[in-house]
Amino acid sequence: MSSSEACCETRQAVYTAQFENLDDIRVFVGDAARDSGLESAEIYAVQLAVDEASSNIIEHAYGGESQELIECTCLITPGSLKITLKDCGHHFDPSKISDPDLTSDIEERQPGGLGLFFMRQLMDDVTFTVVPGKGDLKDCNILTMIKRKEGRG
Amino acid sequence: MDTTLTQFKHCDLIKVTGRIDSATAPKFAEALDSVMNDGRYKIVLDLENVEFMSSAGLRVLISAQKVCKRYNRGEVVLALVPQRVYEAMDLAGFVPLFKFFEDVTGAVGSF
Repeated sequence: MSSSEACCETRQAVYTAQFENLDDIRVFVGDAARDSGLESAEIYAVQLAVDEASSNIIEHAYGGESQELIECTCLITPGSLKITLKDCGHHFDPSKISDPDLTSDIEERQPGGLGLFFMRQLMDDVTFTVVPGKGDLKDCNILTMIKRKEGRG
Repeated sequence: MDTTLTQFKHCDLIKVTGRIDSATAPKFAEALDSVMNDGRYKIVLDLENVEFMSSAGLRVLISAQKVCKRYNRGEVVLALVPQRVYEAMDLAGFVPLFKFFEDVTGAVGSF
């Protein structure tokens, strides 16, 4: 085995922006998380974070279910998983999302904003970038999330 | 995701099976709405066989709890919540908003 094979493996899958695809997306990243050596709780965390991110893309970037695409790439390394989700919908500015309400009484509780909060709490690194489209192509959004096995940097 | 409804004299029990995400949360909400639209606001949710719950499912829970607790007419209580689901609820600050039971009998008996 060459050193590059021992180092890492990249897997990619493309889904249409449909909520029914969330099952497949969770299985895809769950398998990658397992193959990165992550523990059961960490695998669930990855699946939850990616579910939230994908739901946000469908709901907000694409404004609802459509035939637009979500491209998911997993970089599997021993003890760490890097996931990128790419969409070419509306730009998302995470700084405009207020922190979720975690403490109000039931009457006052506003359940919004939990998706982004979960992503940040569950993953070790969450980054949003925009790739400008060339020519007539639309700008695209790249979300990068990293999960490291507990005890690794 | 599937739900099974059992009506008791003092409360309704909804057993939920499968995954609650953005695709299935509307169906989960319908199951709760159909009970609440009957004027029944004392609800036990048996979540033992829920494999996954995203914030879409949590939003349904909070909406139902708001409706049921209004005018002190009832409450949604949770039984057999799987560890991963509980951890997500804890992260979201939901734990103080619900009663948790380790068995269905105790949950039903609480009403």
